[in-house]
Amino acid sequence: MGIVIRNVYKRFGDFIAVDDVSFEIRTGELVALLGPSGSGKSTILRIIAGLETPDRGDILLKGEDVTSFSTQKRKLGFVFQHYALFKHMSVEKNIAFGLEIRKRKKKEIEEKVSELINLVKLQGYAKHYPSQLSGGQRQRVALARTLATEPKILLLDEPFGALDAKGRNNLAQWLKELHTKLNITSIFVTHDQNEAIEIADKIVVINRGRVEQIGNAKDVYEHPKSKFVASFIGNVNIVETVIRNSNIFIRGTDFQIIDKNIDTSEDRDLVLLVRPEDVYVESSDAHQGFPCRIQNIHYRGSFFELDIDLQNTYIKAVKDKNIFLKEVWEKNQPAFIHFTQYKIFDASEGHGKIRKKLRQLGYIE
Amino acid sequence: MKPGDDLKKIIYKRKNTGKNILTFLVVIWFIVLVMVPIYGILRQVIRNGMNIFITSVSTPAAGHSFKLTLLLTITAIVINTIFGTIVALVLVKQNFRGKLFLEGLLDLPFAVSPVVAGFMFIILFGPKGWLGNWFHAYNIKIIYALPGMIIATLFVTLPFVAREVIPVLSEFGLEQEEAAYILGASKWQTFWRVTLPSIKWGLVYGITLTIARSIGEFGAVLVVSGSIINRTQTATLHIHQQFTDFNYSGAFSAAMVLALLSFTILIIMKCLYKNKEAQ
Repeated sequence: MGIVIRNVYKRFGDFIAVDDVSFEIRTGELVALLGPSGSGKSTILRIIAGLETPDRGDILLKGEDVTSFSTQKRKLGFVFQHYALFKHMSVEKNIAFGLEIRKRKKKEIEEKVSELINLVKLQGYAKHYPSQLSGGQRQRVALARTLATEPKILLLDEPFGALDAKGRNNLAQWLKELHTKLNITSIFVTHDQNEAIEIADKIVVINRGRVEQIGNAKDVYEHPKSKFVASFIGNVNIVETVIRNSNIFIRGTDFQIIDKNIDTSEDRDLVLLVRPEDVYVESSDAHQGFPCRIQNIHYRGSFFELDIDLQNTYIKAVKDKNIFLKEVWEKNQPAFIHFTQYKIFDASEGHGKIRKKLRQLGYIE
Repeated sequence: MKPGDDLKKIIYKRKNTGKNILTFLVVIWFIVLVMVPIYGILRQVIRNGMNIFITSVSTPAAGHSFKLTLLLTITAIVINTIFGTIVALVLVKQNFRGKLFLEGLLDLPFAVSPVVAGFMFIILFGPKGWLGNWFHAYNIKIIYALPGMIIATLFVTLPFVAREVIPVLSEFGLEQEEAAYILGASKWQTFWRVTLPSIKWGLVYGITLTIARSIGEFGAVLVVSGSIINRTQTATLHIHQQFTDFNYSGAFSAAMVLALLSFTILIIMKCLYKNKEAQ
């Protein structure tokens, strides 16, 4: 096992930042800790690095219990969100820092530094100071500085958070390639689900200091284990449903939902989660869809987004541009809807609270 | 020409007039307050001639007073640099009860008149003082002697280094130090290689202010030293003595030396700063 986190608990005053978190990461994996801000994901990373001390629990690196070790002794790499470059040192001095501390020979340091400058594609910037570099360049210096000490484990705290969209994409791809090349066990923290889905082998979804789900991108996206995961990863419609006469209906309608996994013997409230791309809308009744009305149409570049009014329950659907343009669509026209894939959860899972939180965070409207 | 361009021109012009008036005021202010007095000393020294200048600053009393000022200044630099840095580190990085109180206390030497400060030490360390008796028993003289003068100088220069370093250190934050730990540096190595170079300019500025204040201090040192010629008379006290003895040329000459010294320090500071900006 590369990294084992066992029953880690940490509180700051009254705030429980990490609540009994356990997970394992195999050697060579690239793992994303994904969660909203304040979910405790950065704290977990800092605990692994020894920058914070857990109140309870153990950290094992390569089978060795390092919980009581100092940061220096853990010998891992850490890339900070805001780079944390040494401002008074040039690029080459920054990269050489770890090697100078290790008292390597001057010639060896020079060779290693120039090798790393090539690796991060910063040729010609060796004598520059951090203030003279762009965000992406600074981030690459931070990476080179960390890689200089040849850590076996690399931790990255929101590594792309401070970059613009394009720089973020480039660097994310580059990190993925680098990981494949060097095969360092890596964990990165992010609140951006796209980033996690794009580059991580494994995603650990964190919410309110707890692990919600662990799995690869497909698992987490297609088979969310909780309402939080379903709504946090990707866009999702949250639809209130009820059990009536042993059948499931969307609240206030006769739109019946079939889910054999749900015990329908008892009348109660449920929540249905369906992704916009799994909402199938058509203008004819060819597939026995439920009648609805197109309330609004939004152009979104490569696709169109439709607001659908299902007897006062509002649902978002997306349609690929090429498919959408085959038919004529108008505001307020009647249409038919069915769901190709969905997930039903019990409403007693604190639905209202989660929904409120998600709304505050801007993940749902 | 578009309509309205005229108006713009007038507004622009008026703005410029306002700026010019401000610039003029600032220049006048500097001339009246800084340049004229300096010119006054310079003129007096030149009028007296170089010979008088050299003989008056090379009397044993003058020489001793300059040496004493130098000694006090160096002591203040060394002690305040070390303690000022420690005070700043503790106040920025550590949380403890009474931290706010301590921070307020740091400014006390700014608020208390130096003469009052001097009297505080007389009361404390004087012959009938509470600690003075104790030191007297061991035959250690504090008041009217060098230790008292050092204490007084340290008191009036206490806040400078800490006050200049605190904001720099707060802005510096924790991340760079954490990055150093990750790269394997011990706390000691991190301090010397990362923290200290980052707070260097706050330190330099604090030291400059300490030097200026140590050289120029009068009130506190006057009270605790007794201004004994050839023993406890610093340069400023020497100037005062010459002046009250109606030996104006002696006073002007010594004043000239102190002024030159201050200028040199300021110029060195500016040059260092320019180098930093160039970096």
